[in-house]
Amino acid sequence: MAWETVIGLEIHAQLATRSKIFSGSATAFGAAPNAQANLVDLGYPGVLPVLNGAAVRMAVMFGLAIGARIAQRSVFARKNYFYPDLPKGYQISQYELPIVAGGQMDIVLEDGSAKRVGITRAHLEEDAGKSLHEGLPGQSGIDLNRAGTPLIEIVSEPDMRSAKEAVAYMKKVHTLVRYLRICDGNMQEGSFRCDANVSVRQVGSEKLGTRAEIKNINSFRFVEKAINYEVARQIEVLEGGGKVVQETRLYDPDRAETRSMRSKEEANDYRYFPDPDLLPVEIDNAYIEGIRAQLPELPDQKAQRFATQYGLSHYDALVLTASSELADYFEQVVQKLGGEPKLAANWVSGDLSGFLNRDGLEITHSRVDAAALAGLLARVRDNTISGKIAKDVFEAMWQDQQSADAIIAARGLQQITDDGPIEQAIAAVMAANPAQLADYRSGKDKLFGFFVGQVMKATQGKANPARLNELLKKLLSG
Amino acid sequence: MHSETVAQLQQGLRARKYSAVELTRALLARIESAQPALNAFISIESEAALAAAAVADQRLAAGDAPALTGVPIAHKDIFCAAGSRTTCGSKMLSNFISPYDSTVVARLRAAGAVVLGKTNMDEFAMGSSNETSHFGPVRNPWNLKLVPGGSSGGSAAAVAARLVPAATATDTGGSIRQPAALCGVTGLKPTYGRVSRYGMIAFASSLDQAGVLARTAEDVALLLKPMAGFDPRDSTSVECEVPDYQAALNQPLKGLRIGLLKEFFDQGLDPRIEALLRTALEQLRAQGATLTDVSLPNLPLSVPTYYVVAPAECSSNLARFDGVRFGHRCENPRDLKDLYERSRGEGFGAEVKRRIMTGTYVLSAGYYDAYYLKAQRVRALIAADFERAFSTVDVLIGPTTPTVAFEIGAKTNDPVTMYLNDIYTIGANLAGLPGVSIPCGLVDGLPAGLQIVGPHFSEARLLNVAHRYQQESDWHQRTPEAYR
Amino acid sequence: MSLSRRDIENIAHLARLGLSDAEVPVYAESLNRIIALVGELDHAATEGVLPMSHPLPGLTQRLRADEVTESDQRELYQRNAAQVMAGLYLVPKVIE
Repeated sequence: MAWETVIGLEIHAQLATRSKIFSGSATAFGAAPNAQANLVDLGYPGVLPVLNGAAVRMAVMFGLAIGARIAQRSVFARKNYFYPDLPKGYQISQYELPIVAGGQMDIVLEDGSAKRVGITRAHLEEDAGKSLHEGLPGQSGIDLNRAGTPLIEIVSEPDMRSAKEAVAYMKKVHTLVRYLRICDGNMQEGSFRCDANVSVRQVGSEKLGTRAEIKNINSFRFVEKAINYEVARQIEVLEGGGKVVQETRLYDPDRAETRSMRSKEEANDYRYFPDPDLLPVEIDNAYIEGIRAQLPELPDQKAQRFATQYGLSHYDALVLTASSELADYFEQVVQKLGGEPKLAANWVSGDLSGFLNRDGLEITHSRVDAAALAGLLARVRDNTISGKIAKDVFEAMWQDQQSADAIIAARGLQQITDDGPIEQAIAAVMAANPAQLADYRSGKDKLFGFFVGQVMKATQGKANPARLNELLKKLLSG
Repeated sequence: MHSETVAQLQQGLRARKYSAVELTRALLARIESAQPALNAFISIESEAALAAAAVADQRLAAGDAPALTGVPIAHKDIFCAAGSRTTCGSKMLSNFISPYDSTVVARLRAAGAVVLGKTNMDEFAMGSSNETSHFGPVRNPWNLKLVPGGSSGGSAAAVAARLVPAATATDTGGSIRQPAALCGVTGLKPTYGRVSRYGMIAFASSLDQAGVLARTAEDVALLLKPMAGFDPRDSTSVECEVPDYQAALNQPLKGLRIGLLKEFFDQGLDPRIEALLRTALEQLRAQGATLTDVSLPNLPLSVPTYYVVAPAECSSNLARFDGVRFGHRCENPRDLKDLYERSRGEGFGAEVKRRIMTGTYVLSAGYYDAYYLKAQRVRALIAADFERAFSTVDVLIGPTTPTVAFEIGAKTNDPVTMYLNDIYTIGANLAGLPGVSIPCGLVDGLPAGLQIVGPHFSEARLLNVAHRYQQESDWHQRTPEAYR
Repeated sequence: MSLSRRDIENIAHLARLGLSDAEVPVYAESLNRIIALVGELDHAATEGVLPMSHPLPGLTQRLRADEVTESDQRELYQRNAAQVMAGLYLVPKVIE
């Protein structure tokens, strides 16, 4: 039996405001427990929420960036349930009238194919606190610093058909919110996380299968693993003649499996109703157009521009625009170098990205800045060093944070471009390898590579490869 | 001193007829001696009051004293006051020390008022007789067997017994006007949004409004002035200028168009109260007002509407009392569910639980449309009825309550009978309108109230009508015999 | 329509109110009376009427400037808490 997977994601992105959505508490990560929980965040008797304008503005930015409708009137509602990390016994969210509705996101899959994912809605809400369990036998400790941090919840259509599509979509949303500077995207700290609604159905069936909701997944890798596990589990249940139960599940990365959440098992009845402490949020066209006019260049626009302006492949353009900081870095290298976009693209997406990955650094903390990399590439372009030597120089630059020129001079790495020394080296290699010379001359063309290698070794790699090729051909043929 | 009004006390203090400390001492002594019989207070704050009075005397001497400097008042125990116990009449908060000031408390302190204590009230302001208080019922100074009304029964009884010249109060469905009527004092519920709700423990957020109980309309005006006005901490408070209520008090009533609410003069109204109202209306007509009959056809639905909307909001507002960050926590909870269920089960009284359950039910899946949404639609009809009425009349006048004060325990068995006490007051809350209740006579020696309701932000007009009536009558000066 | 014992237990559970066995029928009776009272709303003609969730029409939400105005007051705020440890509010273990 052939099965089709159907996935929809609910992404929670913490908005990068200084203060909370309904209070003047700081939102900074890592404060001492409850040091950033004020009376409003704690749900003290008598306190009232007042809406942070920056949160509204950021939600509108997101809506505009996904081509959605911005609601000129949106309403906050209370979602009522009891949980220790929810101090008021209700979460202030948006229900019937969210601020953003009906947008879409285009994703490109690994095989290069494109797909459009619909976004049903994005609404503003407050984050909950955290329950900590370690070191407290039989008890949990509640830290409400996170309570009241503004979130947008981005709800997709059930448009994804594989874990890979879900990851591609989540990465695209991640890229977008960071371009817009409305979320720091830090997944370890929980600033960007998702719930995945997963179901399977027989290929050809129109009707959606019963879904499970996997809660609070906070890495791209886990999203893929959790979905794949869940799909396999559901197929196994169905093929065994069973029924998938609609439930909330939790992904356990240590055991690489999803399991039912006992605490949320009972059917929830959230009793949503408009929050009487807050009035309808009304925004006019001028406000919306003012924000539209200030939107930065978005990822798709930038990739398109890179492809046409710099003559890059679509793939390279996508890689370089994965973050606005990386794209900015690339453009600075090209500008300082005065051209050579392809050379710059290869280096930025190749060696530089490799070193950043290896050391776990963001591009903004690169040990080689754009000007320094341009300095290195200038020496490649003017043949001072070969591409191969350049890799060694780059590593030294990464290590010592010196300029390319300083390293090349100190280590005597300038390329040998004069014929004399190259010819001398060739003569010495020929003299040392008479048998190979004879074989070559008797028609074993493949030995040419052997001689290139020997001469390069003799010149410590500094011989200009083009000159070396030409001179070697001439001399070997006698 | 205890028989003087706020306006008289202001003059007496400034003329140094008596010091604020003397005044405070005298009233504290009255409060202490009345407390066993009336139970009007939950906390008597003698020490803090005397300290504040001493400061007031210094300011009066220095000549830099704001309007209410040295004037003793009491706060309903629903208003948070920093460092002071704020119980809301509940076991749930019987040990709760507020770490912050409500806006009302802060503004009256800034105006110079001296707070003598916190008054008793129905638990979480849910009640019409002050019998649901965890701290015991308040008794009516006119007859100790009777209820004072609720939920602001402590404030009303304290003013009626001349323990304080004025007290703050709140009104969600009549909780200022109804006890004002039953205790023979003047009580104003302002327009929704006129006074900040910040720091006032919420019962039903779209209905709650803070106001004043005092003996005269003039005194209400004197307290309302500093209390009213926009507060950035309350999203529902309105940015709208606060008029000089006192200056408007004496405006003549000539040309005032009074609407008589047909639905208020119904068969449920005690005919003796109706007779008193007719006399009062004649007096207003004599001052130049015109009387017209007005009908608000949807008004009879205000009680059922209220008993959907108010419990719904209360069920959510009171979810924060979970025994974790503040409030009563049960002993040795077995698990989380036990912590919640026992802390709440033990901390809340029966009426609060009843309303939480009613509210939970009307919001629950399958019933939301039939009850909550339906009630909010009827609420819109009621508000539209009022708006239509105010296109032809300036104010509406009717009774505040259908009967005078009833006996303690008489209505506790059936919540619905109790709820019907608020039949004439709830409409103003649903529509967010201001309303004032003033004494208009005695029935069998017990006070009856006349209610004046006006359009949004018409407090100055309401107080003006009330004041002009009080210039020509003395019902507001009547004092229960034991407290003269 | 009438609420059963089971209905009352469900409502009490949703509201996290612990009721004794003796209390359940008492609340069942009084809630049924209240439900009968609010049942009068059925008679109102409300077709096309928009629900009113705020008493003042036309008012809209004010937006606050994004400024941090609060400092750490944990010690003061936790004085009302029954059980705290290392700055955390304690509850019986949360099982996920």
